[in-house]
Amino acid sequence: MAVTVKLPTQLRAAAGGASSVQVEGTTVAEVLDAVYVAHPELKDRLSDDDGQLRRFVNVYVGGEDIRFGDGLATSVADGAEVQVLPAVAGG
Amino acid sequence: MPADNLKCRECGEVYPLEAKYVCERCFGPLEVGYDFSEMTDVGAVRRRIQAGPQNIWRYADFLPLEGGPPGPSNKLASRAGLPAGCTPLVKAERLAEALGLGEVWVKNDAANPTHSFKDRVVSVATARAKELGFEVLACASTGNLANAVAGQAAALGMESYVFIPSDLEEQKILATGVYGTNVVAVRGNYDDVNRLCTELSGERESWAFVNVNMRPYYAEGSKTLAYEIAEELGWTTPDRVIAPIASGSLFTKIAKGFEEWLDLGLIEGSLPVMNGAQATGCSPVAQAYEAGHDVCRPVKPDTIAKSLAIGNPADGPYAVELARRSGGAIDAVTDDEIREGIRLLAETTGIFTETAGGVTTATLAKLAQRGDIGPDERVVVVITGEGLKTLDAVRGTFETHTIDPSFDAFEAEFATAGAR
Repeated sequence: MAVTVKLPTQLRAAAGGASSVQVEGTTVAEVLDAVYVAHPELKDRLSDDDGQLRRFVNVYVGGEDIRFGDGLATSVADGAEVQVLPAVAGG
Repeated sequence: MPADNLKCRECGEVYPLEAKYVCERCFGPLEVGYDFSEMTDVGAVRRRIQAGPQNIWRYADFLPLEGGPPGPSNKLASRAGLPAGCTPLVKAERLAEALGLGEVWVKNDAANPTHSFKDRVVSVATARAKELGFEVLACASTGNLANAVAGQAAALGMESYVFIPSDLEEQKILATGVYGTNVVAVRGNYDDVNRLCTELSGERESWAFVNVNMRPYYAEGSKTLAYEIAEELGWTTPDRVIAPIASGSLFTKIAKGFEEWLDLGLIEGSLPVMNGAQATGCSPVAQAYEAGHDVCRPVKPDTIAKSLAIGNPADGPYAVELARRSGGAIDAVTDDEIREGIRLLAETTGIFTETAGGVTTATLAKLAQRGDIGPDERVVVVITGEGLKTLDAVRGTFETHTIDPSFDAFEAEFATAGAR
Protein backbone atom coordinates (compact mmCIF):
# COMPACT_ATOMS: atom_id res chain seq x y z
CA MET A 1 0.00 0.00 0.00
CA ALA A 2 1.16 3.52 -0.69
CA VAL A 3 0.93 6.93 0.92
CA THR A 4 -1.30 9.61 -0.64
CA VAL A 5 0.23 13.08 -0.85
CA LYS A 6 -2.29 15.87 -1.43
CA LEU A 7 -0.93 18.86 -3.29
CA PRO A 8 -2.27 22.41 -3.04
CA THR A 9 -3.49 24.14 -6.20
CA GLN A 10 -0.32 26.28 -6.28
CA LEU A 11 1.82 23.17 -6.90
CA ARG A 12 -0.33 21.27 -9.34
CA ALA A 13 1.09 22.82 -12.50
CA ALA A 14 4.52 21.60 -11.41
CA ALA A 15 3.08 18.11 -10.90
CA GLY A 16 1.51 17.68 -14.30
CA GLY A 17 -1.84 18.94 -13.01
CA ALA A 18 -2.21 16.20 -10.40
CA SER A 19 -4.04 17.08 -7.16
CA SER A 20 -2.43 14.13 -5.36
CA VAL A 21 0.28 11.57 -5.88
CA GLN A 22 0.77 8.04 -4.56
CA VAL A 23 4.26 7.22 -3.30
CA GLU A 24 6.06 4.86 -0.92
CA GLY A 25 7.83 5.94 2.25
CA THR A 26 7.85 5.49 6.03
CA THR A 27 8.85 9.01 7.08
CA VAL A 28 7.84 12.44 5.80
CA ALA A 29 11.35 12.91 4.40
CA GLU A 30 11.15 9.62 2.47
CA VAL A 31 7.67 10.43 1.22
CA LEU A 32 8.71 13.88 -0.01
CA ASP A 33 11.85 12.50 -1.63
CA ALA A 34 9.66 10.05 -3.53
CA VAL A 35 7.42 12.93 -4.59
CA TYR A 36 10.48 14.83 -5.83
CA VAL A 37 11.57 11.81 -7.89
CA ALA A 38 8.16 11.72 -9.54
CA HIS A 39 7.95 15.49 -9.97
CA PRO A 40 11.44 17.06 -9.77
CA GLU A 41 10.12 20.62 -10.12
CA LEU A 42 8.47 20.38 -6.70
CA LYS A 43 11.73 19.99 -4.79
CA ASP A 44 12.86 23.55 -5.27
CA ARG A 45 9.43 24.90 -4.39
CA LEU A 46 9.18 23.09 -1.08
CA SER A 47 12.69 22.75 0.27
CA ASP A 48 15.61 25.11 0.76
CA ASP A 49 19.27 24.52 -0.11
CA ASP A 50 19.82 22.54 3.11
CA GLY A 51 17.02 20.12 2.33
CA GLN A 52 14.79 21.60 5.04
CA LEU A 53 11.22 22.66 4.31
CA ARG A 54 10.89 26.31 3.37
CA ARG A 55 9.52 28.34 6.25
CA PHE A 56 6.14 29.02 4.65
CA VAL A 57 5.41 25.38 3.82
CA ASN A 58 3.24 23.34 6.18
CA VAL A 59 3.06 19.56 6.04
CA TYR A 60 0.43 17.48 7.81
CA VAL A 61 0.23 13.73 8.41
CA GLY A 62 -3.32 12.60 9.08
CA GLY A 63 -4.28 16.23 9.73
CA GLU A 64 -1.53 16.83 12.32
CA ASP A 65 1.22 19.40 11.68
CA ILE A 66 4.53 17.53 11.51
CA ARG A 67 6.10 20.16 13.77
CA PHE A 68 4.06 18.57 16.57
CA GLY A 69 5.74 15.29 15.63
CA ASP A 70 9.37 14.81 14.62
CA GLY A 71 9.39 17.19 11.65
CA LEU A 72 10.71 15.51 8.52
CA ALA A 73 11.47 12.40 10.59
CA THR A 74 7.78 12.00 11.52
CA SER A 75 6.71 8.48 10.69
CA VAL A 76 4.05 7.88 8.07
CA ALA A 77 1.89 4.77 8.30
CA ASP A 78 0.92 2.72 5.29
CA GLY A 79 -2.19 4.23 3.70
CA ALA A 80 -1.81 7.55 5.51
CA GLU A 81 -2.56 10.90 3.95
CA VAL A 82 0.17 13.55 3.79
CA GLN A 83 -0.98 17.07 2.98
CA VAL A 84 1.16 19.97 1.81
CA LEU A 85 -0.27 23.48 2.26
CA PRO A 86 0.91 27.09 2.16
CA ALA A 87 1.47 28.48 5.66
CA VAL A 88 0.47 32.08 5.06
CA ALA A 89 -3.30 31.80 5.39
CA GLY A 90 -5.46 33.00 8.22
CA GLY A 91 -5.42 35.48 11.03
CA MET B 1 -4.19 53.84 -8.04
CA PRO B 2 -0.76 53.71 -6.43
CA ALA B 3 -1.10 49.96 -5.70
CA ASP B 4 0.60 48.26 -8.62
CA ASN B 5 1.53 44.67 -7.85
CA LEU B 6 1.65 41.75 -5.47
CA LYS B 7 5.19 41.04 -4.33
CA CYS B 8 6.60 38.03 -2.49
CA ARG B 9 8.04 39.03 0.89
CA GLU B 10 10.52 36.16 0.72
CA CYS B 11 11.94 36.12 -2.82
CA GLY B 12 10.65 39.35 -4.39
CA GLU B 13 8.76 37.70 -7.25
CA VAL B 14 6.09 40.06 -8.61
CA TYR B 15 2.50 39.17 -9.60
CA PRO B 16 -0.51 41.13 -10.89
CA LEU B 17 -3.18 42.31 -8.42
CA GLU B 18 -5.29 39.14 -8.53
CA ALA B 19 -6.83 36.80 -5.94
CA LYS B 20 -3.48 35.26 -5.11
CA TYR B 21 -1.74 35.02 -1.74
CA VAL B 22 1.18 32.64 -2.12
CA CYS B 23 4.33 32.93 -4.18
CA GLU B 24 4.37 30.08 -6.66
CA ARG B 25 8.15 29.91 -6.52
CA CYS B 26 8.81 29.72 -2.78
CA PHE B 27 5.40 29.68 -1.00
CA GLY B 28 6.22 33.03 0.64
CA PRO B 29 3.39 35.48 1.42
CA LEU B 30 2.42 38.05 -1.20
CA GLU B 31 2.05 41.67 -0.16
CA VAL B 32 0.63 44.64 -2.05
CA GLY B 33 3.35 46.85 -3.53
CA TYR B 34 2.73 50.56 -4.22
CA ASP B 35 4.23 53.21 -6.38
CA PHE B 36 3.86 56.51 -4.54
CA SER B 37 6.31 58.36 -6.81
CA GLU B 38 3.61 60.71 -8.08
CA MET B 39 2.50 61.58 -4.56
CA THR B 40 4.83 64.53 -4.12
CA ASP B 41 2.50 67.25 -2.84
CA VAL B 42 2.17 66.23 0.80
CA GLY B 43 -0.17 69.11 1.62
CA ALA B 44 -2.57 68.10 -1.12
CA VAL B 45 -2.60 64.49 0.09
CA ARG B 46 -3.40 65.62 3.64
CA ARG B 47 -6.20 67.87 2.42
CA ARG B 48 -7.68 65.07 0.33
CA ILE B 49 -7.67 62.79 3.36
CA GLN B 50 -9.28 65.43 5.57
CA ALA B 51 -12.00 66.06 2.97
CA GLY B 52 -12.77 62.34 2.78
CA PRO B 53 -15.55 60.41 4.54
CA GLN B 54 -15.44 59.55 8.24
CA ASN B 55 -14.36 55.98 7.55
CA ILE B 56 -11.38 54.08 6.17
CA TRP B 57 -12.10 55.18 2.60
CA ARG B 58 -10.57 58.56 3.44
CA TYR B 59 -7.29 56.61 3.02
CA ALA B 60 -8.28 55.12 -0.35
CA ASP B 61 -5.02 56.35 -1.94
CA PHE B 62 -3.19 53.88 0.29
CA LEU B 63 -5.50 50.91 -0.20
CA PRO B 64 -5.40 48.37 -3.04
CA LEU B 65 -8.56 49.24 -4.96
CA GLU B 66 -8.53 49.98 -8.67
CA GLY B 67 -11.65 52.10 -8.72
CA GLY B 68 -11.02 54.11 -5.57
CA PRO B 69 -13.46 53.75 -2.70
CA PRO B 70 -16.65 51.79 -3.38
CA GLY B 71 -20.03 53.45 -3.70
CA PRO B 72 -21.10 56.82 -5.10
CA SER B 73 -18.11 58.34 -6.82
CA ASN B 74 -18.91 61.99 -6.15
CA LYS B 75 -16.36 63.61 -3.83
CA LEU B 76 -14.86 60.17 -3.14
CA ALA B 77 -17.18 60.10 -0.15
CA SER B 78 -18.38 56.54 0.12
CA ARG B 79 -20.74 55.28 2.74
CA ALA B 80 -21.63 52.10 0.86
CA GLY B 81 -21.65 48.71 2.53
CA LEU B 82 -20.68 48.70 6.18
CA PRO B 83 -18.01 51.39 6.45
CA ALA B 84 -15.42 50.83 9.15
CA GLY B 85 -12.89 52.99 10.92
CA CYS B 86 -12.53 56.49 12.33
CA THR B 87 -12.83 54.99 15.78
CA PRO B 88 -12.07 57.08 18.89
CA LEU B 89 -8.54 57.62 20.17
CA VAL B 90 -9.16 58.28 23.84
CA LYS B 91 -6.69 59.93 26.20
CA ALA B 92 -6.61 57.52 29.13
CA GLU B 93 -5.40 59.72 31.97
CA ARG B 94 -6.72 57.53 34.77
CA LEU B 95 -5.16 54.43 33.22
CA ALA B 96 -1.83 56.23 32.87
CA GLU B 97 -2.04 57.37 36.49
CA ALA B 98 -2.88 53.88 37.74
CA LEU B 99 0.25 52.52 36.04
CA GLY B 100 2.53 55.46 36.84
CA LEU B 101 2.90 56.40 33.18
CA GLY B 102 3.02 59.79 31.51
CA GLU B 103 0.69 59.62 28.52
CA VAL B 104 -1.49 56.71 27.42
CA TRP B 105 -4.05 56.70 24.61
CA VAL B 106 -6.55 53.97 23.86
CA LYS B 107 -7.48 53.32 20.25
CA ASN B 108 -10.94 51.85 20.73
CA ASP B 109 -11.60 49.68 17.70
CA ALA B 110 -14.56 48.04 19.40
CA ALA B 111 -16.38 51.09 17.97
CA ASN B 112 -16.63 49.50 14.53
CA PRO B 113 -19.87 48.23 12.92
CA THR B 114 -19.47 44.63 14.15
CA HIS B 115 -17.40 45.73 17.15
CA SER B 116 -13.86 44.78 16.23
CA PHE B 117 -10.98 45.90 14.01
CA LYS B 118 -11.90 43.11 11.60
CA ASP B 119 -14.39 45.43 9.88
CA ARG B 120 -11.39 47.32 8.48
CA VAL B 121 -9.75 44.32 6.85
CA VAL B 122 -13.03 42.85 5.66
CA SER B 123 -14.07 46.16 4.07
CA VAL B 124 -10.89 46.23 1.99
CA ALA B 125 -10.95 42.51 1.12
CA THR B 126 -14.61 42.68 0.13
CA ALA B 127 -14.23 45.81 -1.98
CA ARG B 128 -11.35 44.18 -3.84
CA ALA B 129 -13.26 40.89 -4.13
CA LYS B 130 -16.14 42.72 -5.80
CA GLU B 131 -13.72 44.43 -8.18
CA LEU B 132 -12.38 40.99 -9.11
CA GLY B 133 -15.91 39.69 -9.72
CA PHE B 134 -16.44 37.47 -6.66
CA GLU B 135 -19.98 36.98 -5.35
CA VAL B 136 -19.32 34.71 -2.36
CA LEU B 137 -17.39 35.71 0.77
CA ALA B 138 -15.81 33.23 3.17
CA CYS B 139 -13.34 33.18 6.06
CA ALA B 140 -11.61 31.11 8.72
CA SER B 141 -12.33 32.88 11.97
CA THR B 142 -11.74 32.95 15.70
CA GLY B 143 -14.99 34.91 15.99
CA ASN B 144 -14.53 38.59 15.30
CA LEU B 145 -13.81 37.97 11.64
CA ALA B 146 -16.92 35.80 11.40
CA ASN B 147 -19.01 38.72 12.69
CA ALA B 148 -17.38 41.11 10.23
CA VAL B 149 -17.69 38.89 7.15
CA ALA B 150 -21.30 37.98 7.89
CA GLY B 151 -22.21 41.63 8.51
CA GLN B 152 -20.41 42.95 5.45
CA ALA B 153 -21.92 40.24 3.22
CA ALA B 154 -25.39 41.11 4.51
CA ALA B 155 -24.86 44.82 3.85
CA LEU B 156 -23.71 44.15 0.29
CA GLY B 157 -26.14 41.34 -0.50
CA MET B 158 -23.43 38.71 -0.94
CA GLU B 159 -23.60 35.04 -0.04
CA SER B 160 -21.21 34.06 2.76
CA TYR B 161 -19.72 31.09 4.57
CA VAL B 162 -17.92 31.53 7.88
CA PHE B 163 -15.83 28.73 9.35
CA ILE B 164 -15.23 28.79 13.11
CA PRO B 165 -13.94 26.41 15.79
CA SER B 166 -16.98 24.66 17.28
CA ASP B 167 -16.03 25.66 20.86
CA LEU B 168 -16.20 29.41 20.18
CA GLU B 169 -17.86 31.79 22.67
CA GLU B 170 -21.65 31.67 22.26
CA GLN B 171 -21.87 35.48 21.94
CA LYS B 172 -19.65 35.41 18.86
CA ILE B 173 -21.65 32.60 17.23
CA LEU B 174 -24.94 34.39 17.86
CA ALA B 175 -23.55 37.69 16.61
CA THR B 176 -22.57 35.93 13.38
CA GLY B 177 -25.64 33.81 12.66
CA VAL B 178 -27.99 36.77 13.05
CA TYR B 179 -26.73 38.19 9.74
CA GLY B 180 -28.08 35.23 7.78
CA THR B 181 -24.73 33.71 6.85
CA ASN B 182 -23.81 30.03 6.62
CA VAL B 183 -22.13 29.29 9.97
CA VAL B 184 -19.85 26.27 9.71
CA ALA B 185 -18.62 25.09 13.13
CA VAL B 186 -15.61 22.85 12.64
CA ARG B 187 -14.75 20.24 15.27
CA GLY B 188 -11.21 21.38 15.98
CA ASN B 189 -9.21 24.46 16.91
CA TYR B 190 -8.61 27.53 14.76
CA ASP B 191 -5.56 25.98 13.12
CA ASP B 192 -7.70 23.04 11.99
CA VAL B 193 -10.27 25.51 10.63
CA ASN B 194 -7.55 27.41 8.84
CA ARG B 195 -6.09 24.25 7.30
CA LEU B 196 -9.53 23.27 6.00
CA CYS B 197 -10.10 26.75 4.56
CA THR B 198 -6.68 26.82 2.90
CA GLU B 199 -7.58 23.57 1.16
CA LEU B 200 -11.12 24.75 0.37
CA SER B 201 -9.94 28.00 -1.17
CA GLY B 202 -8.05 25.95 -3.74
CA GLU B 203 -11.12 23.86 -4.55
CA ARG B 204 -13.69 26.71 -4.48
CA GLU B 205 -11.99 29.20 -6.73
CA SER B 206 -15.14 31.29 -7.13
CA TRP B 207 -15.14 32.08 -3.39
CA ALA B 208 -13.31 35.03 -1.90
CA PHE B 209 -11.83 33.75 1.35
CA VAL B 210 -10.99 37.11 2.88
CA ASN B 211 -8.03 35.80 4.88
CA VAL B 212 -6.81 33.17 2.42
CA ASN B 213 -6.89 34.01 -1.30
CA MET B 214 -7.76 37.67 -0.57
CA ARG B 215 -5.27 37.94 2.28
CA PRO B 216 -2.89 40.47 0.68
CA TYR B 217 -5.79 42.95 0.30
CA TYR B 218 -7.37 42.06 3.63
CA ALA B 219 -4.13 42.64 5.52
CA GLU B 220 -3.74 46.13 4.02
CA GLY B 221 -6.89 47.18 5.87
CA SER B 222 -5.01 47.09 9.17
CA LYS B 223 -2.76 49.93 7.99
CA THR B 224 -5.72 52.26 8.48
CA LEU B 225 -5.31 51.87 12.25
CA ALA B 226 -1.89 53.51 11.96
CA TYR B 227 -3.19 56.21 9.62
CA GLU B 228 -5.97 57.10 12.05
CA ILE B 229 -3.69 57.15 15.07
CA ALA B 230 -1.25 59.43 13.26
CA GLU B 231 -4.00 61.71 11.99
CA GLU B 232 -5.72 61.83 15.40
CA LEU B 233 -2.40 62.77 17.02
CA GLY B 234 -1.98 65.71 14.65
CA TRP B 235 0.03 64.02 11.86
CA THR B 236 2.66 62.60 14.21
CA THR B 237 3.63 59.12 15.36
CA PRO B 238 3.30 57.99 18.98
CA ASP B 239 6.45 56.81 20.75
CA ARG B 240 5.13 53.32 21.39
CA VAL B 241 2.28 51.12 20.20
CA ILE B 242 1.05 48.04 22.03
CA ALA B 243 -1.05 45.70 19.89
CA PRO B 244 -2.17 42.08 20.17
CA ILE B 245 -0.68 39.32 18.05
CA ALA B 246 -2.64 36.36 16.71
CA SER B 247 -1.35 35.73 13.17
CA GLY B 248 0.89 38.80 13.40
CA SER B 249 -0.79 40.50 10.45
CA LEU B 250 -2.34 43.42 12.38
CA PHE B 251 0.87 44.04 14.31
CA THR B 252 3.08 44.20 11.22
CA LYS B 253 0.61 46.19 9.10
CA ILE B 254 0.27 48.92 11.74
CA ALA B 255 4.01 49.43 11.37
CA LYS B 256 3.72 49.37 7.57
CA GLY B 257 1.11 52.14 7.76
CA PHE B 258 3.37 54.38 9.84
CA GLU B 259 6.39 53.64 7.65
CA GLU B 260 4.56 54.47 4.42
CA TRP B 261 3.50 57.84 5.75
CA LEU B 262 6.91 58.57 7.28
CA ASP B 263 8.60 57.78 3.94
CA LEU B 264 6.24 60.16 2.14
CA GLY B 265 6.79 62.90 4.70
CA LEU B 266 3.08 62.96 5.55
CA ILE B 267 3.78 62.69 9.28
CA GLU B 268 6.43 63.74 11.78
CA GLY B 269 8.30 61.35 14.02
CA SER B 270 9.73 57.87 13.61
CA LEU B 271 8.56 54.28 13.66
CA PRO B 272 7.07 53.71 17.14
CA VAL B 273 8.51 51.08 19.42
CA MET B 274 6.26 48.12 18.62
CA ASN B 275 5.21 45.89 21.53
CA GLY B 276 3.32 42.71 20.70
CA ALA B 277 0.93 41.08 23.15
CA GLN B 278 -0.01 37.41 23.38
CA ALA B 279 -1.71 35.13 25.88
CA THR B 280 0.62 32.70 27.65
CA GLY B 281 -1.71 29.86 26.63
CA CYS B 282 -1.05 30.63 22.97
CA SER B 283 2.26 32.44 22.64
CA PRO B 284 4.24 30.98 19.73
CA VAL B 285 5.42 34.44 18.64
CA ALA B 286 6.40 35.56 22.15
CA GLN B 287 8.29 32.28 22.59
CA ALA B 288 10.16 32.73 19.30
CA TYR B 289 11.03 36.30 20.33
CA GLU B 290 12.24 35.14 23.74
CA ALA B 291 14.33 32.33 22.24
CA GLY B 292 15.87 34.54 19.55
CA HIS B 293 14.38 32.42 16.76
CA ASP B 294 13.05 33.74 13.47
CA VAL B 295 10.54 30.93 12.99
CA CYS B 296 7.64 30.17 15.29
CA ARG B 297 7.11 26.66 16.55
CA PRO B 298 3.36 26.00 16.50
CA VAL B 299 1.48 25.40 19.76
CA LYS B 300 -1.89 23.97 20.78
CA PRO B 301 -3.81 26.98 22.13
CA ASP B 302 -5.25 26.89 25.66
CA THR B 303 -6.38 30.37 26.71
CA ILE B 304 -9.50 32.43 27.35
CA ALA B 305 -8.26 34.85 24.66
CA LYS B 306 -9.86 32.83 21.87
CA SER B 307 -9.69 35.67 19.36
CA LEU B 308 -5.89 35.41 19.63
CA ALA B 309 -5.77 31.60 19.72
CA ILE B 310 -3.78 30.96 16.56
CA GLY B 311 -1.17 28.33 17.31
CA ASN B 312 0.38 28.50 13.85
CA PRO B 313 0.80 32.23 13.12
CA ALA B 314 1.29 33.06 9.44
CA ASP B 315 3.12 36.35 10.00
CA GLY B 316 4.94 35.25 13.14
CA PRO B 317 8.45 35.60 11.67
CA TYR B 318 7.72 39.14 10.50
CA ALA B 319 6.22 40.09 13.87
CA VAL B 320 9.38 38.91 15.65
CA GLU B 321 11.54 40.82 13.18
CA LEU B 322 9.47 44.00 13.67
CA ALA B 323 9.60 43.85 17.46
CA ARG B 324 13.40 43.58 17.32
CA ARG B 325 13.85 46.22 14.63
CA SER B 326 11.68 48.80 16.40
CA GLY B 327 13.26 48.30 19.83
CA GLY B 328 10.10 46.67 21.15
CA ALA B 329 9.33 43.21 22.46
CA ILE B 330 6.66 40.52 22.45
CA ASP B 331 5.25 39.58 25.83
CA ALA B 332 2.78 37.00 27.03
CA VAL B 333 0.28 37.32 29.89
CA THR B 334 -1.67 34.68 31.82
CA ASP B 335 -5.44 34.24 31.76
CA ASP B 336 -5.67 35.81 35.25
CA GLU B 337 -3.67 38.80 34.04
CA ILE B 338 -6.03 39.05 31.04
CA ARG B 339 -9.06 39.21 33.36
CA GLU B 340 -7.29 41.86 35.45
CA GLY B 341 -6.46 43.77 32.28
CA ILE B 342 -10.10 43.83 31.22
CA ARG B 343 -11.08 45.17 34.66
CA LEU B 344 -8.26 47.73 34.72
CA LEU B 345 -9.25 49.16 31.34
CA ALA B 346 -12.95 49.18 32.22
CA GLU B 347 -12.46 50.79 35.63
CA THR B 348 -10.10 53.52 34.41
CA THR B 349 -11.47 54.35 30.95
CA GLY B 350 -15.08 53.15 30.75
CA ILE B 351 -14.09 50.93 27.82
CA PHE B 352 -15.17 47.30 28.10
CA THR B 353 -12.97 45.12 25.93
CA GLU B 354 -12.99 41.47 25.02
CA THR B 355 -10.17 39.15 26.09
CA ALA B 356 -7.79 40.34 23.36
CA GLY B 357 -7.96 43.86 24.81
CA GLY B 358 -7.32 42.33 28.21
CA VAL B 359 -4.13 40.83 26.76
CA THR B 360 -3.06 44.21 25.41
CA THR B 361 -3.88 46.12 28.61
CA ALA B 362 -2.18 43.49 30.77
CA THR B 363 0.90 43.78 28.56
CA LEU B 364 0.88 47.56 29.03
CA ALA B 365 0.75 46.98 32.80
CA LYS B 366 3.60 44.48 32.57
CA LEU B 367 5.81 46.86 30.57
CA ALA B 368 5.02 49.66 33.05
CA GLN B 369 5.93 47.49 36.03
CA ARG B 370 9.12 46.37 34.33
CA GLY B 371 10.14 49.99 33.82
CA ASP B 372 10.33 49.62 30.04
CA ILE B 373 8.24 52.73 29.37
CA GLY B 374 9.88 56.12 29.83
CA PRO B 375 8.08 58.89 31.77
CA ASP B 376 7.83 61.14 28.71
CA GLU B 377 6.57 58.50 26.31
CA ARG B 378 3.33 58.83 24.40
CA VAL B 379 1.91 55.29 24.33
CA VAL B 380 -1.01 54.00 22.25
CA VAL B 381 -2.80 50.81 23.27
CA VAL B 382 -4.81 49.15 20.50
CA ILE B 383 -8.10 47.70 21.75
CA THR B 384 -9.33 45.44 18.99
CA GLY B 385 -12.72 44.19 20.21
CA GLU B 386 -15.79 44.51 22.39
CA GLY B 387 -16.28 43.08 25.89
CA LEU B 388 -19.85 41.98 25.24
CA LYS B 389 -18.46 39.24 22.98
CA THR B 390 -16.57 37.47 25.79
CA LEU B 391 -18.79 37.84 28.83
CA ASP B 392 -17.47 34.70 30.52
CA ALA B 393 -14.21 36.50 31.18
CA VAL B 394 -15.86 38.84 33.68
CA ARG B 395 -18.53 36.55 35.08
CA GLY B 396 -18.16 36.22 38.86
CA THR B 397 -15.56 38.96 39.16
CA PHE B 398 -17.75 41.38 41.11
CA GLU B 399 -20.57 41.39 43.63
CA THR B 400 -24.14 42.41 42.86
CA HIS B 401 -26.17 44.00 45.68
CA THR B 402 -29.55 42.28 45.64
CA ILE B 403 -32.12 44.01 47.87
CA ASP B 404 -35.86 44.27 48.47
CA PRO B 405 -37.49 47.33 46.86
CA SER B 406 -37.46 49.50 49.99
CA PHE B 407 -35.44 52.45 51.24
CA ASP B 408 -34.59 50.61 54.46
CA ALA B 409 -33.23 47.65 52.53
CA PHE B 410 -31.00 49.94 50.48
CA GLU B 411 -29.79 51.77 53.58
CA ALA B 412 -29.10 48.50 55.36
CA GLU B 413 -27.14 47.09 52.45
CA PHE B 414 -24.98 50.12 51.89
CA ALA B 415 -24.48 50.87 55.57
CA THR B 416 -22.90 47.46 55.97
CA ALA B 417 -20.99 47.83 52.70
CA GLY B 418 -19.58 51.09 54.03
CA ALA B 419 -20.49 53.02 50.90
CA ARG B 420 -20.98 56.77 50.79
